[in-house]
Amino acid sequence: MTPAVSVTGLTRRYPDHVALDDVHLTIGTETITGLLGRNGAGKTTLLRILAGQEFPSSGSVHVLGSPPAENENVLRRLVLVREDQEYPDYQGYPDFKVSHALRAASFCYQNWDAGLASSLLEDFGLRANKAVKSLSRGQRSALGITIGLAARAEVTLFDEPYAGLDAVARQVFYDRLLAEYADFPRTVVLSTHLIDEAAALFENVVVIDRGRVVLDAAADGLRGMVTAVSGPVLAVDSFTQGRPVWERRGLGSQASVVMVGQLSGEDRERARSLGLDLAPLSLQQLVARAPGWAVGAGSLTERTSV
Amino acid sequence: MREMAGLDEGTPLFAQVAERLAAEIADGGLAEGERVPSTNELAAFYRINPATAAKGINVLADEGLLDKRRGIGMFVAAGSRATLLARRRAGFTERYVEPLLTEATRLGIGSEELIALIKECSDERRGVAV
Repeated sequence: MTPAVSVTGLTRRYPDHVALDDVHLTIGTETITGLLGRNGAGKTTLLRILAGQEFPSSGSVHVLGSPPAENENVLRRLVLVREDQEYPDYQGYPDFKVSHALRAASFCYQNWDAGLASSLLEDFGLRANKAVKSLSRGQRSALGITIGLAARAEVTLFDEPYAGLDAVARQVFYDRLLAEYADFPRTVVLSTHLIDEAAALFENVVVIDRGRVVLDAAADGLRGMVTAVSGPVLAVDSFTQGRPVWERRGLGSQASVVMVGQLSGEDRERARSLGLDLAPLSLQQLVARAPGWAVGAGSLTERTSV
Repeated sequence: MREMAGLDEGTPLFAQVAERLAAEIADGGLAEGERVPSTNELAAFYRINPATAAKGINVLADEGLLDKRRGIGMFVAAGSRATLLARRRAGFTERYVEPLLTEATRLGIGSEELIALIKECSDERRGVAV
């Protein structure tokens, strides 16, 4: 099957910096991918290029089998919801309402589901007759998410879609995203810095740092892949001997070591009998360290499953 | 995610889903011949990716604990409960007795004393039950 997204050697240069630097990336059809990385890492530039809203300096980009730029056949099957989304003309038309934004969207997307849009508005507590210019930041995000899901586009890109949304509203988003994905499978890419609360939604994660892909892996395979082991120095050393170690800190007779590799039940039993404390690193903690190990860090950089 | 219906951080989610389903079959919550929740039902309940949930179900299917009925779903296979209970029994020493002994040794509790303690607890429970 043709992948939903296929990017090779993609570079995007600006006069003062390089936003994307030789990016290679494949995103499978009907998967949910987390696009992660620090602010300014290049996530937004990548998503905008996938959505045909920006152009590569070099390299090739295919979405649904074709280059997306100025390609009607790709763009009407794709939706990009941006952080702090702006709505067409609302500055010029003070009466531009939520319902108008939805109507405009319904003309753009062939699979648009109006019933879904109104049930999402209800879940987010957003009234259709409210003027777009009077929406709060969170309400604008809710409108963007509503459009992104109701578009039922084959390729659905969310770029930090929930500025100003509280934890309850974000949970609504995650639950509706999963339900929608089940009913109408599509390729979803979600860029977020709220990594831990979204981690379980992802099939794959891609981490970008300073314009380069530093990790591209199956999300579930990363869970429990890196563990902080702490306790008495001798016990810690004996337990972590022969295993890849990222970091080692010591204080008096105590040590703490961050080691790589899934632990078996036997390993845990042994750690317990040695009096060691095991703390798995969350995806958020892993991503924070990703730039340091970059390409070539062994098993972590490979997709652990397809 | 913060609320994943109690799944933990340190092990792959697919393995936890498989373990939960196996426990439910062993405890009789899911009877033999009964339909197990679909991939999407599990994904919605645990708030996880459906592919992850599917992988969990497949672990049990590959072990012959679930039967696939084309177009309908997965069902608990005959004999699954006995298999799972036997497996749990086999792991009892490793999972419960050995950690108990480790901690007892650390506290200087000898095996005689340990046996007496277990008996005492057991009698107390029986007393409550009566």
